[in-house]
Amino acid sequence: MSEPTNAIDAITTPIPSPGEQHFPKFEVTPKLVKEAQELVDQYPEGKEQSAVLPIIHLVQERFGYVCPEAMPWIAEMCKSTPIHVAGIVTFYPGIHRSCPGKYHFRVCRGIACALSDGEALVPYICEKIGVDPAALTDEEPMGVSPDGLFSVEAVECLANCGFGPNMLVNDTLYSQVTPKIVDKVIADLKKQK
Amino acid sequence: MSDDIKYLPGHEPHPRETRRIFRNIYRVGYDTSIKCFIKDGGYETLKKALTMEPAEVIAEVKKSGLRGRGGAGFPTGVKWTFIPRGNTKPVYLVCNCDESEPGTFKDRYIVHQDPHQLIEGMIIACYAVQAHFAVIYMREEFPEAANIMKKALAEAEKKGFLGKDILGSGFDLKIILHRGAGAYICGEETGLINSIEGLRPYPRIKPPFFPAAIGLYGCPTIVNNVESLCQVRQVLMRGGEAYAAEGAQRSPGTRIIGVSGDVKRPGVYEIISGSLTYGEMLNEVCGGPRRGRTFKAIIPGGASAKVMRCDEVLKGRNPDGSVRKMSIFDVPMDLDSIAQHGSMSGSGGVIVMDDSRSMPKVLNNLNRFFAWESCGQCSPCREGNPWMLKLSTRICEGKGSPEDVDLLKSVADNICGRTVCAFGEACSWPTQAFTTKFREEFLALTKPINALKPHSAEAAEARKFLTRDDEA
Repeated sequence: MSEPTNAIDAITTPIPSPGEQHFPKFEVTPKLVKEAQELVDQYPEGKEQSAVLPIIHLVQERFGYVCPEAMPWIAEMCKSTPIHVAGIVTFYPGIHRSCPGKYHFRVCRGIACALSDGEALVPYICEKIGVDPAALTDEEPMGVSPDGLFSVEAVECLANCGFGPNMLVNDTLYSQVTPKIVDKVIADLKKQK
Repeated sequence: MSDDIKYLPGHEPHPRETRRIFRNIYRVGYDTSIKCFIKDGGYETLKKALTMEPAEVIAEVKKSGLRGRGGAGFPTGVKWTFIPRGNTKPVYLVCNCDESEPGTFKDRYIVHQDPHQLIEGMIIACYAVQAHFAVIYMREEFPEAANIMKKALAEAEKKGFLGKDILGSGFDLKIILHRGAGAYICGEETGLINSIEGLRPYPRIKPPFFPAAIGLYGCPTIVNNVESLCQVRQVLMRGGEAYAAEGAQRSPGTRIIGVSGDVKRPGVYEIISGSLTYGEMLNEVCGGPRRGRTFKAIIPGGASAKVMRCDEVLKGRNPDGSVRKMSIFDVPMDLDSIAQHGSMSGSGGVIVMDDSRSMPKVLNNLNRFFAWESCGQCSPCREGNPWMLKLSTRICEGKGSPEDVDLLKSVADNICGRTVCAFGEACSWPTQAFTTKFREEFLALTKPINALKPHSAEAAEARKFLTRDDEA
């Protein structure tokens, strides 16, 4: 794949990830449109643009990430422009532009978790799931395992500071995480597949 | 109300605590259903409030002296009166549940374990300001809470506490849940409003127009913190005067304090405002420092508050006006006392560090947080934060020169006050305080560097651009 030549191309170029095999491919179905329309209808009339974030969440929940093809559709649903949607997608750290693994580990690196040795967790998880910790940068904070099952990302405060280190695996919060707990969580998830 | 509430083992309140907002947190047999809440006397306060005039509710909250719990401590009742008189536009209310200040973790318990308490508080607040559309802005990192809250809102609507003509009062209200996506700046009220509007959450310029005049969709908007809205319910339940009589004079009521870091029993504690000092809180309630350690520094109000040294001598005033010497441990935990000593009690997140901690490292972590979370709207903050991060990293790695410590502080001084929102202050205060109060620790990590000699590979590489061919 050739290097994108400008910022707009960079946003519309797909970023391949092994996580994609565990999620359905983006597709506009009547059911999806109906759900998105419900989200739009929550807001006062004429303020459809407010639904951009909820619809992005809907897409991300269903398909794992917000792919370039989804952006024009989101824009259409909330009467906005694709470039505006792209602006939102690129702003928030919680929105993925490449697919995370089936089980996404978000590890807190906030001050309180760091005081309880939370900073050692990301390299440990990386080693466990087969990701190079050096490849995680501010531009590309997420690492996906080769089989696409797991991904890891260091995030800022998860707001459970008293009981660090904290880790969010998909929707479940684990607090006072030790390498032993990480081992157990990964082993359990592997069994579930 | 009965006093025989039982709590789950390991979560019993400390004798010095007074649980009001946290009454049902970790309570035996308590769940998030509306049935459980109503059985416990829930939505009774709402019925009472709906019999009053909206202006009476505002007057009651004003009388109570309730101050916002989001960090700035602005009086809630006064905020509500900022809606312009003769306003014909719709009024909106937004609940700020974007708890993302490192060190603060109080709201998570309310939205995870007692969502109806918040909803009731919100309905009362909406009735007071006559808002018919309200938004709970929940941070993305609370996926479970989002589901709980959605369910709770649906239950409340079914029971007639939300929707059209609430309890026959003729008052309509719709509350929706709006989830953020992991940005700290959305905790800033104008950034939050932009996020709800579907824009990039860049904060708006605040004076002259505050959200109460021009907010969401250009209409008057009240933004309140989760705990503040729960406190509104308490005010109506107890009556404004009774509420004002309790706790510190200028910040009455209870406060939720979250203690994290190097103490034996970290956690969240609800206390009567000002009834405990920092020393009592940390040594008595939280069990003191870990074994063989002593306290070294305290960040008293979330990551952006200025750090306090534990051996710092502070000047306190006796009732007769004479000056006495005291330490941070003698300062009462209300909203104002700590502000007299140059820090702030903010959102009640106390981060404690013991003598095993390296302060430059702690600052480096904070700088990384602020560099990552700067929204990028104002250049001093967008450029200054990564610069501070680079400097503090360099110092931590032992590659810094003594001048770097002053440079670090000067960068912070130049961000402070030069940005649209309070993030500029929030990010520079830690650096200013750490480099001033723990200067010797920073200096100890540095070594004098001969400016003529390249001190890193990068500098050596850069030298070729500096050397002129004709020099030799």
